[in-house]
Amino acid sequence: MDLSTIYEILASALRMATPLLFACLAGLYSERAGVFDIGLEGKMLMAAMTSAAVAYLTGSAWIGLGAGIVASLIFAAIHGLASITFRGNQLISGVALNFVASGATILISQAMFGQGGRTPPLNGAARFHEMTLPFADALRPVPVLGPLYADVLSGNAILVYIALLCVPLSWWVLYRTRFGLRLRAVGENPESVDTAGVSVVRLRYGALMITGILCGFAGAYMSTALQAGFGREMTAGRGYIALAALIFAKWRPWYALWATLLFGLLQALALRPDVIQGALHLAIPGPALDAMPYILTVIVLAGFVGKAIPPRAGGQPYVKER
Amino acid sequence: MTLMKSFLGAAAGMALMAGAAAADPAIIYDLGGKFDKSFNEAAFHGADRWAKETGGKFKELEMQSEAQREQALRRLAESGANPIAMTGFAFGDVLNTVAPDYPKTKFVIVDAVVDQPNVRSVVFQEEQGSYLVGMLAAMASKTGTVGFVGGMDIPLIRKFGCGYVQGVKAAKPDAKVVQNFVGTTPSAWNDPVKASELTKAEISQGADVIYAAAGQSGLGVLQTAADEKVKSIGVDSNQNHLHPGSVLTSMVKRVDNAIYDAFKEGDAMKTGTDVMGLSNDGVAFAMDDNNKDLITPAMKATVDAVAEKIKSGEIKVHDYMTDNTCPIE
Repeated sequence: MDLSTIYEILASALRMATPLLFACLAGLYSERAGVFDIGLEGKMLMAAMTSAAVAYLTGSAWIGLGAGIVASLIFAAIHGLASITFRGNQLISGVALNFVASGATILISQAMFGQGGRTPPLNGAARFHEMTLPFADALRPVPVLGPLYADVLSGNAILVYIALLCVPLSWWVLYRTRFGLRLRAVGENPESVDTAGVSVVRLRYGALMITGILCGFAGAYMSTALQAGFGREMTAGRGYIALAALIFAKWRPWYALWATLLFGLLQALALRPDVIQGALHLAIPGPALDAMPYILTVIVLAGFVGKAIPPRAGGQPYVKER
Repeated sequence: MTLMKSFLGAAAGMALMAGAAAADPAIIYDLGGKFDKSFNEAAFHGADRWAKETGGKFKELEMQSEAQREQALRRLAESGANPIAMTGFAFGDVLNTVAPDYPKTKFVIVDAVVDQPNVRSVVFQEEQGSYLVGMLAAMASKTGTVGFVGGMDIPLIRKFGCGYVQGVKAAKPDAKVVQNFVGTTPSAWNDPVKASELTKAEISQGADVIYAAAGQSGLGVLQTAADEKVKSIGVDSNQNHLHPGSVLTSMVKRVDNAIYDAFKEGDAMKTGTDVMGLSNDGVAFAMDDNNKDLITPAMKATVDAVAEKIKSGEIKVHDYMTDNTCPIE
C-alpha cells in the first residue's frame, strides 16, 4: 500500500461522507428543535428525483438543485404539519413520508419519462462537475499536506465544499446567534421558550425548513453530482446512517463532521478489501465494515464512550398549557 | 335447493369455459421492475413482440415485495391465464408449491429450475457469454488489469464473474481481475452511488475495462467508466447505446426469446428444462454501431473462433453454480 492509495481512499471517503454530512446536519437542526425526523431518507429521495428531473428538463444543475430543495421543503412542511400543528407521532409521520417518497419518486419519474422510474442521463451543465481548487497543482509538491489538498480536497463537486462550509456555519448559527439559542432551548424545554414569549411552533417549523433545505442538497448531490440521473431507491439507506451519525456525534455540528467522515471512511475501506488485507494481513469481510456505523452507534448509545444525551423535549409535541 | 345448486354449477361451468376460451398468457416481473433496462425489460420486449406479431393480449404483474409472490401467481392461475411466465430465480420455491395445484396451467420460469410436469424452466449459460466478454476485455485492456462489479453477492452473479475471469485469463494469462460486489442485500441492485465508488476504486487499482453485472447499480458503473474515460461492459440487455464509445460490449441474455417462444407455443407449450447457451443463441456479446470502433476485426475473429469451440464442446467453461467454486480467481 502506497501513499497514493491512501489519498484515493480518503477522497472516496469524502465523497461518501458528503450526503451523510448534509443529512446529518439536517437531522441536527430538527432534533435540536425537538422534532425527530426519521424522514431524512424520504426527503433525500424526493430531492434526488426532482433535481435530476428538473436538471434534465432545464439543462441546469443549479435550477435542478433549487427544485430538489423545494421538493424536500414540501416534505418537511408535511412533516411539520403532522407533528407540530396536529401533534401527531413524529416517528410515524417520518416513516410514512419515507414510504410515500419511495413510491412517489418512481411514479412521478415513470409518468414523466417512461423509463421505469429513472430519469434520463444528464450531461454538460445539467450536472455538477468536479472542480479544481485554486493552487492545487502549485501546492502538490508540499509533503503530506500538498497531495492531501490537491488529490483529496480538490477535484470534487462544489456541493462537497458547501457541505463542509455548513459545519462552521451550523456551529455559528446554533451557538452564537439568538435564533440558535432559542432553537436549542425549544428542544430542551419548550415551556421556557414559550414563557419568554417566543413561538415554539414557529421555531420548530423554522428548524424543519432548514432540515428540508439540507436534505435537498444531499439528494441533489447524489443524483446530479455523484451520478448522472435518478434511479429508484438510490439513497439506499443513507438517511438512516445519517441518523446513526447524528447520535454518534451527540447532536453537535463539529462532531457530525467527524462522525460522517469516519462513516464515509469505513464505507470507502469496505470497497477496498485488498488494502485491508495488505495492511492487516487479515481478511475482514466488506459487510462487517458496512455494519460498523450501526455497531459504533450502539456502543455510543450504551454509554461506553462518553454519553449521548438527546435533546430532552425530542419527540414530544408541544402542548401549550391552558 | 337442488335446482339452485345445478344452476350455480352451470354458472360456474360457464365461467370456467369463458376463462378457458380467453386463455391469454401472463407474465410476472421480479422486484427489479419491468423497466430495469436489462433483465426484466428483456422479458417485456419478448412478450411485447409476441403481442405485436399475433395481435394477442397478455396480462402482466410487477412484484412490489417478496410477500406477494405466491398470491400473484395463484391469482393469475385462477384467472385462467395460460401459460404464465415469471422472471427471476426467487420464484423457484414458490412455483414449486403452486404449480401442482394448477395441473392444467403451464408455467415458464427464467433463471431457475423447477421440477414439475407443467413447468418449463429456462436457464442460461451466462458463464459462456461472460467468458467471451472476458476475452474481449483482456484484449481491449492496456494496463493488463480488468474489473468486475457484481450486484448482490449470490451464486448466480458469481457465475457471471467466474466465466468472465476464465475468459480474461484465456486471452491474457497474466492479466489481473479485480472483483467486487455492491452488497449482500437486495438493495445492492439499486445502489448506483456505491457501484460508482467501487468502479473508481477498481480504476485506481489499474482496471481499465470493467464488467458490470449489477442490475440498475450497473448503470452507475457504466456512467463512472464513461466519466473516467475507461471501458465498461453491460449486461443482460444490449447496453452499448448508453455511453457510445465507452461501453465495449454487452453480455446479452436473450430472455426476450425465451418469453416469446413460450407465448408463441401457448397452452400447448412443451415443458421441461431449456438450457440456453451460445449454441442456441441464448447468450451473446452485443455488436452494433455504437461499439464497432472499439472492437477490432481481429478481436472479433478471435472471440468468434472461441465461441465456435465452446459450442462444439472443445472448450469447457466452468459453471460456478455446479460446485460453488471458481477454478481461478
